[in-house]
Amino acid sequence: MQSLTNRSKVVERKEMTLAERLYLPAIVNGMVITIKHLFKKKTTISYPEVQREFSDIYRGHHVLKRDDDGAERCTACGLCAVSCPAEAITMVAAERKPGEEKLYREEKYASTYEINMLRCIFCGLCEEACPKEAIFLTDRIVPSNFERGGFVFGKDKLVEKVDLRIDVSKRQTKSVLEFKTHKQYSHNKLINK
Amino acid sequence: METPVLIFKCVLVVALFIVSLLVAMYSTYAERKVAAFLQDRLGPNRAGVFGLLQPLADGVKMFMKEEIIPNVSNKTLFILGPCLAMITALMAGVLIPWGGNLEIAGHVFALQITDLNIGILYIFGVTSLGVYGIMIGGWASNNKYSLFGAIRASAQMVSYEIAMGLAIIALIMTTGTMSLSEIAHQQGSGYANIVYQPLGFLIFLICVFAELNRAPFDMPESESELVGGYHTEYSSMKLGFYLFAEYINMFISSAVLVTFYLGGYNFPFQAELNSMLGLSTNAATLLGTGVFFLKIFFFIFFFMWVRWTLPRFRYDQLMKLGWQSLIPISILNVLITGLVMWFTGKIN
Repeated sequence: MQSLTNRSKVVERKEMTLAERLYLPAIVNGMVITIKHLFKKKTTISYPEVQREFSDIYRGHHVLKRDDDGAERCTACGLCAVSCPAEAITMVAAERKPGEEKLYREEKYASTYEINMLRCIFCGLCEEACPKEAIFLTDRIVPSNFERGGFVFGKDKLVEKVDLRIDVSKRQTKSVLEFKTHKQYSHNKLINK
Repeated sequence: METPVLIFKCVLVVALFIVSLLVAMYSTYAERKVAAFLQDRLGPNRAGVFGLLQPLADGVKMFMKEEIIPNVSNKTLFILGPCLAMITALMAGVLIPWGGNLEIAGHVFALQITDLNIGILYIFGVTSLGVYGIMIGGWASNNKYSLFGAIRASAQMVSYEIAMGLAIIALIMTTGTMSLSEIAHQQGSGYANIVYQPLGFLIFLICVFAELNRAPFDMPESESELVGGYHTEYSSMKLGFYLFAEYINMFISSAVLVTFYLGGYNFPFQAELNSMLGLSTNAATLLGTGVFFLKIFFFIFFFMWVRWTLPRFRYDQLMKLGWQSLIPISILNVLITGLVMWFTGKIN
């Protein structure tokens, strides 16, 4: 029968020669190969002392960004939760009270914001969906935990500290940076100034 | 026996016991380290400098483990198995000539515990007894995998002992003695026996692999097929004894191999070197012992090196190699040795 592709090969089965049947030359060859590995550079990374280098665009632990004045960017629009294929994100929206202008950037904010790290697949779609540049994935590792509940990260773990900003400039693609130059869009406008 | 000699022998026995255990301990470390290095890994390096305390940690771990004796097992034999393996492993060392003569306070002592004139037969017998530990352990466990391991071990040992014996016969023909100290001494003045018996050396080496149950002939254990082979049901230090006995066997077998074929405690140009450095008898003897241990360590490394190079033989291939290749070749070796000796006039 004619084959559909030309990839099949007829395997030749030939008798082994005496040298092959003795196995000894083959064994010596193999041993030369293994002894070479004795002197090769070891590929092990001794973890706590040496840490593997991460890619610039590594997708790890999320961060909820604050704006330059320290107000939370998130407006609880829920686009991240909708875009999340693993349904890891939940949030409760709340209205900003007078006097909280320094805390929240716009009139609406997320009073609770939770990501279940056991559900999260770190795809980065939340980051892509976010119209306010509030959520980013960073090069930090999600720490381990003994409890399931410990993997549900609330705002305490997600929102960056005012005095300890997390650099996400590497995650901002060219198109994002270009978009940010358009000051007429609301979230690029400087409010409260 | 005179008192000084008796004391010296007792000291030597204790020293040999300790050295055997020490070498076996660090062989487990070396095994892991060599395995790691041959696979581009680092191996154990957390316990102590370079992980040198790893064997201690392993030993402590072994002792702390729960000891389980299966209900359905034969308890007497179950306990006897590892004991027998350990005893036979330690027994073979007494005949090895570890060095030349030592002079202490006017007495001359040979660095050998006892020198039987049928030394080769003794070693041969004791190493063959080692299989009983495995067989009894495998049988007493009352587990089919253990039994399979034990059956394989016994079949393998029986078939490879013939070839090994025939290789040694050719060696006895050329050396004309069965005493190990005599064999070692002879190689000091002439060439090492490997020059006269290259084929015999190769056969002996292959058979040692089979006797030691080491890869590529690790049929009795073959983790991937038989769970753990003969020691599947063993736990705690009884398992440790089996593993330990294996490493002691490796040490002693390497010593026997070196004594038989590679000059024992002798090394090339030793007389010239000793006179050049102006060494005393004792210093020269100790130097010889050091060289002997270096050779042994090389062979221990060699066993590990082979283990991490070759895949395991299939059981039928193993039998075929033993019965259809090694035995005919070793008979041929005896024949050639005899003919050469007849033509050169060594025998008439």
